[in-house]
Amino acid sequence: MIKKRLGLLAYILFVLLPIYWLIIMSFKTNEEILGSLTLWPANFTFDNYITIFTDPSWYMGYVNSITYVALNMVITLLVALPAAYAFSRYKFIGDKHLFFWLLSNRMAPPAVFLLPFFQLYSSVGLFDTHLAVALAHCLFSIPLAVWILEGFMSGVPKEIDETAYIDGYSFGHFFIKIFIPMIRSGIGVTAFFSFMFSWVELLLARTLTSVDAKPISAIMTRTVSASGIDWGLLAAAGVLTIIPGVLVIWFVRNHVAKGFALGRV
Amino acid sequence: MLNWMAWTLPTAIFFAAIAGILLTMTILEVYRPCRERKGFLPLTTTRGDRLFISLLTSAFIHLTMLGATDLSIWVAFAISIVAMTIILRWG
Amino acid sequence: MNKVQNNKAWWLILPMFALVAFSAIIPLMTVVNYSVQDIFDQNTAYFVGVEWYQEVLRNERLHDSLLRQFIFSFSILAIEIPLGILVALMMPKTAGWKTSLTLILLALPLLIPWNVVGTIWQVFARGDIGLFGWAMNALGFEYNYTANAIDAWLTVVLMDVWHWTPLVALLCYSGLRAIPDAYYQAAKIDRASRWAVFRYIQFPRLKAVLIIAVLLRFMDSFMIYTEPFVLTGGGPGNATTFLSQTLTQMAIGQFDLGPAAAFSLIYFLIVLLVSWLFFTSLSLTDKDQLKQGSASS
Repeated sequence: MIKKRLGLLAYILFVLLPIYWLIIMSFKTNEEILGSLTLWPANFTFDNYITIFTDPSWYMGYVNSITYVALNMVITLLVALPAAYAFSRYKFIGDKHLFFWLLSNRMAPPAVFLLPFFQLYSSVGLFDTHLAVALAHCLFSIPLAVWILEGFMSGVPKEIDETAYIDGYSFGHFFIKIFIPMIRSGIGVTAFFSFMFSWVELLLARTLTSVDAKPISAIMTRTVSASGIDWGLLAAAGVLTIIPGVLVIWFVRNHVAKGFALGRV
Repeated sequence: MLNWMAWTLPTAIFFAAIAGILLTMTILEVYRPCRERKGFLPLTTTRGDRLFISLLTSAFIHLTMLGATDLSIWVAFAISIVAMTIILRWG
Repeated sequence: MNKVQNNKAWWLILPMFALVAFSAIIPLMTVVNYSVQDIFDQNTAYFVGVEWYQEVLRNERLHDSLLRQFIFSFSILAIEIPLGILVALMMPKTAGWKTSLTLILLALPLLIPWNVVGTIWQVFARGDIGLFGWAMNALGFEYNYTANAIDAWLTVVLMDVWHWTPLVALLCYSGLRAIPDAYYQAAKIDRASRWAVFRYIQFPRLKAVLIIAVLLRFMDSFMIYTEPFVLTGGGPGNATTFLSQTLTQMAIGQFDLGPAAAFSLIYFLIVLLVSWLFFTSLSLTDKDQLKQGSASS
C-alpha cells in the first residue's frame, strides 16, 4: 500500500516538475532567469502578466482561441448527437464503414493537407475567421465525439425510447426532453474532449488565420526576437494557456474515469 | 473556384470509378442485402469489408510494384484486378 | 443491444456526414491531384503520372525519416503502455477528493497546447536555465540536447512520455474501475497472488481500453510535429526530424507539392492499414466479451 502511494507520488512529481518550472519562471525577471538557477523567484514580479493583460495584440489571442474552441464544441455536439444516436440504435447500410472512415480522418498527416485546407477555406471566404478553425477542428473532434457518445448512448436501455414513443412523444421532443438529460455526463465528457483537441492544436489554427482570428499559440512565437527570447513573457503566456484546461477538467472530474473509456466499460 | 484543386483527367476518372463502385455497392445492398460469411480470410466479412480489404491490398500492390520494379503501372493494375476478384469472390 | 435495421437513420447522420465530408474529401482529392503533377504555381502544372511515387519510394531521406518515425512510435508505445498500466494500478480505488485531485493532476499535461509542451521542455531541459538539464550536468552527465543526437532523442521521448502517458493511465484506470468488487474478494478467498490477480482479473478487462490506447497513441505519435519542432527543430542535424516535419519542409519550405503529396498518401495508407488491423481486433475483442458476458449471465 505504502509502495503504491510512493510510486504514485513520484509519478505525479514527474508530471508537475516541468509545469512548476514554467510557473515560477513566469514570475521571474529575465535577468534572474538567465543569470542564475533559482528554485523560487528572488524578485517576485508580475510584469510579464501585466504586459499580456494590457496589450490587446496579446490578450486578443486568448479571446480568439476561446472563441473558436467554443464554436467547435457547439458544432461538434450539434451534429454528433443525432449521428451517435443513429449509430447506437440502428443498423443501416454502410454503418461500420462510415464509422471507420470517420476515424480515419484522424490519421491524415496534417502537414500536406495544410495547403488544400488553406485554399478550400479561402475559396469559400472563410479564411481568417473563427468559423474556419472551428470547422477544420471538427474533422478531428467529431469522430471522437461520435465514438464517445455512442458508447454512452448504448448504455441507455432501448425500452425507454419505445415507452416514450408509445406515450406519444415525437422524436425531437423525446430526444431533447428525455434522452439528452439521461446522457448528461456523456455530453460533458464529449465537450471536454473536443475542448481538449481544439485547444491544443496549433498547426491548422495557425495556417487558417492571419490577423483577426489568430490563436494565442501562434502569437507566442512573437517572444522570439533579434535580441533573443523573452523567456519570462513566454512562460507567462504558456501558464495562461494551461488555466482554461484546468478549469474545464475541474468541471468534469467526476465523469473523467468513465469518459476516458469512451463510455465503453 | 475549382481551379486550385488542380484536377487532371486521370484523377477525375479514378475518383469517378471509386464513386461508381460505392454507388453500385449501395444499390446492391438495398436490393440484395448480403450476409456475413467466412472465406479464406481469417475473419467473417461482409461484401463491403471485402471491398475495403481488396482496395487496400491493391493500393499496396501498386506501391510495391512502383518501389521495387520498373514494370509499367498497368502490370500492377492487372494483378490488382485479379487480386480484387479473388478477395471479393472467395475472401 | 439488438439494433433495428433502418436505413432512415441516415437522415440523422447526414449533417455530420456533410460537415466532415466537406473538410475531409475535398482536401484529400486535392492532394491526390497534386501527387500526379509537377506544380510550379497556381496556374502552371504538368501531368507526370506516377513518377513522384516512384521517386519518393526510392528516396533515402524519406526512408530515413520513416524509419526514425517507426523507431520513435514503437519506443514510446513500449514505455507509455506499461507505465500507464502501472500508474493506473497505483491509483486509489475509492472515490474521494484525493482521487479527484490525482485525476486532475494526471490529466494536466493533456490539456496544454502542444507548442507550450515543446516550450516547457525546451526550457526545462536546457543546461543553463532548466532544472532537468542542470541536474543532469550536476550529476556528471554530459547532457546537451541541442548538440548531441542521443540526448535530443532522449529528450523528445521523455517529453512524449510526460505528455501522453496520462492518457494511457486514465484509459486503464477507467477500465479497472469497471471490475466488480466481488472478483477481488473471490481472488482473496482463493489466496491468489498479486500477479494472478493482474493476469486473470485485471488484464482481461483492460484489453479493450488498451487497444484504444494503442490505436490513439500510434495514430497521434505518427503525426507528431509541433512538440519536436519547438523543442529541437528537428536537430541536431536530422536526428529528430520525423515524418511530418520532413513533409512540411518539402511541401511548404521547398514547395515540392507533388512529391510531398505522393509521400503523404503513402504515409496515409500505412497508417490506415495499421489502424484497420487494430480496429478489427478491437471489434473482435468486443464480440468476445459480449459472448463471455451472455454465457456467464
